Amino acid sequence: MKPYRINLMVCAGTGCVANHSFEIKKALEDEVKKRGLENEVQVVATGCNGFCAEGPLMVVQPEGIFYHQVTIKDIPHLVEEHFLKGRPVQKLMYVPPDAKAPIPKMSDISFFNRQMLIALRNRGLIDPEKIDEAIGRGAYSALAKVLTAMTPPEVVSLIKASGLRGRGGGGFPTGIKWETCRKAHGEPKYIICNADEGDPGAFMDRSIIEGDPHSVLEGMLIGAYAIGSHHGYIYIRQEYPLARERLTIAVQQAREYGLLGDNIFGTGFQFDIKVARGAGAFVCGESTALMASIEGRVGEPRAKYIHTVEHGLWNLPTCLNNVETWATVPEIILKGAEWFTSIGTGDVSKNPWGGSKGTKVFSLTGKVKNTGLVEVPMGITLREIIYDIGGGIPKGKQFKSVQTGGPSGGFLPASLLDLQVDYEQLTEAGSMMGSGGMVVMDEDNCMVDMAKYFLAFTQDESCGKCTPCREGTMRMLETLERITQGKGREEDIQLLEDLSQFVMDASLCALGGSAPNPVLTSLRYFREEYITHIRDKKCPAHVCRELNVYTIDPGLCVTKGHGCGVCRRQCPENAITGEKNVAHVVSQELCKKCGVCYDVCKFDAVKVA
Amino acid sequence: MPNIKIEDLARIQEQVRHTTLLREGAGRAKITVHMGTCGISAGARKVMDALLKVFEERDIKDIILTTSGCAGLCSREPMATVEIAGQAPVKYVDLTDTKIREIFERHVMGGKVVTEYALAYGSERTH
Repeated sequence: MKPYRINLMVCAGTGCVANHSFEIKKALEDEVKKRGLENEVQVVATGCNGFCAEGPLMVVQPEGIFYHQVTIKDIPHLVEEHFLKGRPVQKLMYVPPDAKAPIPKMSDISFFNRQMLIALRNRGLIDPEKIDEAIGRGAYSALAKVLTAMTPPEVVSLIKASGLRGRGGGGFPTGIKWETCRKAHGEPKYIICNADEGDPGAFMDRSIIEGDPHSVLEGMLIGAYAIGSHHGYIYIRQEYPLARERLTIAVQQAREYGLLGDNIFGTGFQFDIKVARGAGAFVCGESTALMASIEGRVGEPRAKYIHTVEHGLWNLPTCLNNVETWATVPEIILKGAEWFTSIGTGDVSKNPWGGSKGTKVFSLTGKVKNTGLVEVPMGITLREIIYDIGGGIPKGKQFKSVQTGGPSGGFLPASLLDLQVDYEQLTEAGSMMGSGGMVVMDEDNCMVDMAKYFLAFTQDESCGKCTPCREGTMRMLETLERITQGKGREEDIQLLEDLSQFVMDASLCALGGSAPNPVLTSLRYFREEYITHIRDKKCPAHVCRELNVYTIDPGLCVTKGHGCGVCRRQCPENAITGEKNVAHVVSQELCKKCGVCYDVCKFDAVKVA
Repeated sequence: MPNIKIEDLARIQEQVRHTTLLREGAGRAKITVHMGTCGISAGARKVMDALLKVFEERDIKDIILTTSGCAGLCSREPMATVEIAGQAPVKYVDLTDTKIREIFERHVMGGKVVTEYALAYGSERTH
């Protein structure tokens, strides 16, 4: 392999691909060739870099210079200036919010330098479609270690000692799951990777698979050796075409190298993986529904007192972990349990539930300046994630709430910004770790409306098998809709609390068991907003349209706007009357609260209350 | 492709190490060839080509080779800066392909500054 002077790591995660990064890669290659630099400069397509808000992204190595929002027409200038003449192009460099000079180096950008990468260790560094590059970064050496130097029980003990807990949402100690599955009776045993990531706005698992699929395969191989399994499945949703393609390539390449199949590394160990496609039902991310789906049955969960580690896929012992958990395993094998337990909170030496160790990947979205994918050590505060890494709230707005854990996670208020992110503290505050969604809300968000939004999602995705979830979430949604339409009753708050408790207690699976979280936490931390909606028929954030009242300030309308009449002409209901130099008036009887008048008035004369 | 053995992992790692190490920005030394318009017209490309050749011949994996713009002293181009990790950078002037080879042997590999070609210990630290 020829050494290249410069490596251009072009992000080819789904976010950047949507912003034409494949075209940019092609244009770069053409331009590099045109300049005769093809023997010095190599263009590499990598997995998601994480800073999706700034895509398409490119990192120039070894200098570590970070370019963002690159377009095709920038390419000739970039190649000439930077790669030929060595002058990095300032205008393509990232300028952090509130800074003046561009920061050229990745290690100087707070979005990156506050992160700690374990599951995403190879992000942006390898070409995910080349197994050699993954091996170059150490892939499969943990597998070599367990196959030659460790017994299966030793592997299980190591994972137990590391305190690793399931990254898919439940936070169940991985080592205990492996141990139970290892001891369970029945052959064959199955290993499953849950890649059915369905939370709106969450893309942790997709990015791991797109960027470093071999880390997942290696984790599964190690798990298979530990529990004594020879058959694995990766259940990935059809909506992830790029991830699925790279996964299929990775499985193929691993088979060609004999890293999957019979007699792996000549040790006699045998394991192979099938990639199963999901059709996109949210509930199929639930382990028992997922297994039913692999078997070809309708994806519905079943009661949990029968454990899948004993009676899982085809009623045989099955060990299911999610993508991020599997991807973390090889690093623990290589670096040891002590290293892993040195990161995070609590103490797992006596009680496996006693702490949260290692790192967690979050997809940071919503009202935050730097949206993207971040991996941070457990125990970091919400404030550090939102303000130091996320850059704070855009447009100088006030922070209002952050939702962690996906659509069924809870809303946490500003007073909890210094909460440490770990399994226990989030649960205690009424939210959860979940799979790692993180949605930031600002003063313009109405918490009743947000609760309604997320409940509408879970209600829609409820499979309908058990009554509490099917009917309960429906009735809760109706109640919330009523409140946001100004038809709320005094007793609705109590009703919502009762229904929430009932749905959580009586649902079969975690979908119903957690769906009321947004409602309960918004009632817990933002109760006064509900009361204002119900008693005063007002929405403080002016989001719930039916509750808004539009009026026109006569003074401003005449002195500033001279009765310009734009609102009158735009009003679809002809609810506004007035003429030139005369104050305009909204007829409350005719007004349908569409808000057009508010949007079009250039003089801020239209008021909403 | 036959099944790989554990020893093969190290072999593959070695093969791809050139690329991956440099991508991580790790290196025990960094050589910057100043390739502004003045540098290029004075022959900086020859210097760069000579270095690339040395890197290939000697199978160098742990040294960063990069370019930058004009170093400001156009009359003494081609110029290069050699930075050994933990030491002050040294600027070399009036280079040719043979001189840079000599600098590579004596300074980068041997650890001794080639004073006869050196301009100064630089202060414009970038690495």
